Amino acid sequence: MNPAISVRDVTKVFVDGSNQVPVLHGVDFDVEQGEVVLLMGPSGSGKTTLLSIMGCILRATSGSVKIAGREVANLDERELPGVRLKNIGFIFQGFNLFPTLTVGENVELALDLKGIRGAKAKDESRRLLEQVGLAAKYDAFPSDLSGGQKQRVAIARALSGSPSVILADEPTAALDSHSGRNVMEMMRDLAHKNGRGVVVVTHDSRVLEFGDRIVQMEDGRIVEVAAEVAA
Amino acid sequence: MPPLAQRNLMHDKVRLAVTLTGIVFAVVLIVVEMGLFLGFTVTTSSIIDKSNVDLWIVSQHTPYIEQGAAFSERKLYQVLATPGVASAERYIVRFAQWKTPNGSEQSVQVVGFNPYTGVGGPWNVVQGDVNDLKTPDAVMVDELYAKKLGVTRMGEVFEIDGRRARVVGFTRGIRAFTTTPYVFTSFKNAQGYARLQEDQTLFILVRAVPDADLKALQQSLNSRLRDVDVLTAAKFSSMTRIYWMFTTGAGVAVLIAALLGLVVGVVVVAQTIYATTMDHIREYGTLKAMGAPNSYIYKVIITQAGIAAVVGYGLAMFVSFFVVRASQTGGAAILLPLPMAVGIFFLTLLMCVTAAVVSINKVTSLDPAMVFRG
Repeated sequence: MNPAISVRDVTKVFVDGSNQVPVLHGVDFDVEQGEVVLLMGPSGSGKTTLLSIMGCILRATSGSVKIAGREVANLDERELPGVRLKNIGFIFQGFNLFPTLTVGENVELALDLKGIRGAKAKDESRRLLEQVGLAAKYDAFPSDLSGGQKQRVAIARALSGSPSVILADEPTAALDSHSGRNVMEMMRDLAHKNGRGVVVVTHDSRVLEFGDRIVQMEDGRIVEVAAEVAA
Repeated sequence: MPPLAQRNLMHDKVRLAVTLTGIVFAVVLIVVEMGLFLGFTVTTSSIIDKSNVDLWIVSQHTPYIEQGAAFSERKLYQVLATPGVASAERYIVRFAQWKTPNGSEQSVQVVGFNPYTGVGGPWNVVQGDVNDLKTPDAVMVDELYAKKLGVTRMGEVFEIDGRRARVVGFTRGIRAFTTTPYVFTSFKNAQGYARLQEDQTLFILVRAVPDADLKALQQSLNSRLRDVDVLTAAKFSSMTRIYWMFTTGAGVAVLIAALLGLVVGVVVVAQTIYATTMDHIREYGTLKAMGAPNSYIYKVIITQAGIAAVVGYGLAMFVSFFVVRASQTGGAAILLPLPMAVGIFFLTLLMCVTAAVVSINKVTSLDPAMVFRG
């Protein structure tokens, strides 16, 4: 079985005028299906850059990136949105919901991007919101929700179209501990029950128990890979 | 697609109001300027267009109707003797001085026609009758200029170039582009007012027999007659319009004002659509990160521009209706025929979509990785 994500000898150099700023130095990294990987490290260690490369938002300067067995590192810039749309669900620190759309419409928008429209989209949107326990909030606007609820809507949105990979950037940073746990439990279920590969970039030590593996980064390199610290 | 464009546009009511005000302002400005241009254009040649004849015979090299020069009316008989001519009438349009009883003077354009046939005579007669112009000294003026000419009622007597002129009727809505009122009278009276000799005319109006080959008749008359030009009514109308609208620069000025309206509209709408886009830039970044192609985001932005265009156009037409109506009683009519209204609708759409291009450029260059930056 292919890993959900496979990263081999990936480097990333940002060019700022005549300056070249290396951010990743030959990173090797796999995320298996059904696994939650916590990506940790100090600010500037390259976590978000690696997440962006795995999410096909940034292109690696060199190396190989495979999503569900498909090489994406050499794809044309115009092909990457299609890979993101089909394979990857994103969860952001700031939720990034559309404030002028209702909760239901936020999920329907993601479904619309994937070609699911009309009554089918509404049904699917309700099902996904039910999965995160927010079916009752279908017609509410994001401004009427708590932080935890917003992140659950973001999870429902990320699940639209059943992507094989979920990438989350600091999903608990803006949440209280109870909501944070709640969100991480959902992430774990997405991996363990649905067989998705889940990568969570985090600084939050409260979420360590939800990771199957913890990958520690420093100065653009993976310095330590540890198994889950708590069962 | 969920109604993202509509919601984003309606979200900030103040900004929406500014956008719509900008569009309404621009569209009303375009309606007024284009309507004035059209009104002026129609007015410059209305005497020719309403004459309902096929050919105008004018002295050689006459560039427009107000520049007619006198020629011998003997040509009338040559015209009448030409096969294919059904009727021919002498005709005069010439500037003269109108004098009120209190001594003030006003330039007018005397229009002399045959009141027995009515060819080239007044239209929209609201008081009196064309037949009343058969009597000596009888004239007819337009209501619009009655005050300017000092006319308060039928039967009043004035002077045109020192000769008696008695008002026997009024027309409605016969404007003169030069703001020099038309005064309709019999050809005989007009000869006197215009100080022409008894055997002189300025124009001959020709009607061809039914189904005649107009081009052949025109050529035939041209070969028979010396020192005159034989023009189709459409050609003479177009020459007159082009002279007044473009040679004098009057039309160009109005068109430039209309163009300015368009530019103002594009700038105002571009500014507001851009500001709305910037307000929601993070959302567009999220859409891109989620894998939305640029075309999907363009659709959202163009839909916003399209909605603004349709609503703004509707409001502008409501305002324009009153502006156009008010202009009908003034010296310069603003015309808004249906084809022009439809054309302006598409112009409004184009204006708003063009305005969205700036925002589209911004979104195209958007880095989806922005979603991971705080």
